[in-house]
Amino acid sequence: MAAAAFYDLEGTLVSTNLVHTLGFYAKNQQGLFRTFKKSASTLLSIPIFAATDQYSRKVFNDLFFKRYKGESEDRLRFFAEELFEGVLKPAIFPGTFELIEKSRSLGLRQIVVTGALDLSVTPLMKYLGIEDYVANRLEFVNGVATGRLLPPVLAAATKASWIRTFAEREGLSLSDSYAYTDSMSDLPMLSVVGHPAAVNPDMRLKQTALHHDWPILNLK
Amino acid sequence: MSLQLRRKTHESVVYIDSDSAPRVMPSGEDFILEDLPIGTRVIYPKPPIKGLPNREAAIRYALNHPHDCDPLFAQLYPGMKVTIAVDDISLPLPPMATPDIRQTVIEILAEMLSGHGVDDVHIIIANSLHRKMTEWEMKRMVGSKIFDEFYPDRYYNHDAEWPEGLITLGHTKHKEPLRINRRCAESDLVIYVNINLVPMDGGHKSVAVGLCDYESLRAHHEPQTIRDSDSYMDPARSELNHKVGRLGKLVDEHMNVFHIETAINNRMYTGALDFLFKNEDDFTAFDRMKFETIRRTMSKLPRAARRKMLHAMPAQYEMIACHAGRTEPVHEKIIEKGFDQYAIPIKGQCDILITGVPDISPYNVYSILNPLLVQVMALGYHFNFYRGKPLLKKGGVLILHHPCYDEFDHNFHPSYIEFFNRLLPETRDPFILREKYEREFANNPSYVEMYRRGNAYHGAHPFFMWYWGENGRQHVGRVIAAGAENAHVPAMLGWDRADNLTEAIAMARSHMGRSAEITMLHQPMIGIADME
Repeated sequence: MAAAAFYDLEGTLVSTNLVHTLGFYAKNQQGLFRTFKKSASTLLSIPIFAATDQYSRKVFNDLFFKRYKGESEDRLRFFAEELFEGVLKPAIFPGTFELIEKSRSLGLRQIVVTGALDLSVTPLMKYLGIEDYVANRLEFVNGVATGRLLPPVLAAATKASWIRTFAEREGLSLSDSYAYTDSMSDLPMLSVVGHPAAVNPDMRLKQTALHHDWPILNLK
Repeated sequence: MSLQLRRKTHESVVYIDSDSAPRVMPSGEDFILEDLPIGTRVIYPKPPIKGLPNREAAIRYALNHPHDCDPLFAQLYPGMKVTIAVDDISLPLPPMATPDIRQTVIEILAEMLSGHGVDDVHIIIANSLHRKMTEWEMKRMVGSKIFDEFYPDRYYNHDAEWPEGLITLGHTKHKEPLRINRRCAESDLVIYVNINLVPMDGGHKSVAVGLCDYESLRAHHEPQTIRDSDSYMDPARSELNHKVGRLGKLVDEHMNVFHIETAINNRMYTGALDFLFKNEDDFTAFDRMKFETIRRTMSKLPRAARRKMLHAMPAQYEMIACHAGRTEPVHEKIIEKGFDQYAIPIKGQCDILITGVPDISPYNVYSILNPLLVQVMALGYHFNFYRGKPLLKKGGVLILHHPCYDEFDHNFHPSYIEFFNRLLPETRDPFILREKYEREFANNPSYVEMYRRGNAYHGAHPFFMWYWGENGRQHVGRVIAAGAENAHVPAMLGWDRADNLTEAIAMARSHMGRSAEITMLHQPMIGIADME
């Protein structure tokens, strides 16, 4: 039976996180004043983001993606390539290529399951040669972001349920599949596969991985 | 009877009598004192051969008077590509006091190479599928002068999973493949620097095994080869050695290898721990005081601290021989010297063999002796230290003393954990394990990454450890883990457990009879029972 390798993206395969992407867009606003205002407010929000992320990934998402409210879809798409070249590409961990290559050589399907925005990760996925990926999608009304995400919002348990549904649909054996993530919030994703691994883990995930005897990788 | 028992057959063989002192034995990180039954034969390591007085001079002499080839200086020319390959941290055990022999040899080589205008020099650690050495360990091994000059671009670990870094040399006539480190294969000259601790080390194994990849290794690191090796510490009767020899011939056809082998004595510890190598009947008051001090200090410390303390004590080995030149004649000389140090003539097999398992193995340097490593030390190394026939009779009882704690090092031995918890409950048959799971573990991307970018043993390594105990398992009738602190680890390994040595001996006697001959290996020891 076929199997897959499921990867979280930010912090796992690349060193950036959602705030880097938001910061990039904030820096590239129309006009100096707007750029300054958006950048300053993003900077000031960082402690709030950090605190809410510790509390709940859902609350964090609700708060975080509101920062995109009012952004035009065209503009976000236009800057996606630049975001990839300037921010994401240099942030790819050196071990990422080896891990994907080894995994691919075993005939495993390569699937990225990320809470980042789809339009920002598309160029990176192309670069890594990953065809199957699922990411969060902003809701746009008349081409303008509302600051809400379209369901299903990929975070924590939703990632795991998406993986289950996907595996069932594609005929993949989850017990022969692998999952890689850096964050404790993705514990459900690690729990549904037969070969979970913590990658560059935070303290809580590292402790959990040690308790469960999961491999701990450092791709840095 | 008593007089007969007391009669010495060899300085390293002692018989327990009614007035004999209890014996000191290691059990993991502890040292315990045990009374042995009267008549028990205790085998001690041989006294160390005196080290060569001038190590540097001996190395220089070997380089200038090689076996079957031109002296090293005559093989050098400006602009040539030279690779120095060295044994990894698994040799010697425990890591030796600085300066390591490898440091001395490499410093001499670096000076000679530079003097002959050879600038393209790399130093590669021949770690094969062992863990990569850490930066600190690498520095300690070669000294800061060499380290600062070569690290990290020209002094690094071999990577058996780097496709671009490997090249296929070919196959032997028995279809064994050999894929080897590309830099070495493409060098005009490979200089291998070896330390020989046991007869299994060195020779063609250095290059053909130390610098190969997984597929090459699995051709000979497999259960049937181990079963056919009687024992793998006896090169003449080791199928493993024969297979490696064939690969070595392939190496010699394609590469120019200048082998430098060194033999060391068995002066493992001096000072505070020297009592470990003495007959307890000859202990002075000072020896007893040292033992009690160590034992009491250890008993107050948590296990991790005890382990740390033991690993911080470097071995005081001395070089007793150095030869250089073509691999085979050099190895022959070194093996001969090694047997001078290690071979202890022993008459008669025993029914019950007792061995304490110390916290020393090639695979747990600065780490934990996990259950699979306890297994490989008892049924692999300690059992195989013989020449001629095993010390233990076929179907006899092996008693090992170790706490058998269920602890693993997550950084060094990640695949061991899965092997132990997932595979061993299903089967202990090495052939099934090899066929069904070995490749899965070897190719597990997580284990590959941990080997390549971290300091983990290769994913397939626990399998080799299991195969390593195979002829021990086939020969021994029963294994009893004395002092095991839990029941599940011995059970998973297919062993019985006993609370202490007395209970284990009683269990063994119930199996072998009251008149069973008992022999104890006085650990820690490196010695070969030369069976008559």
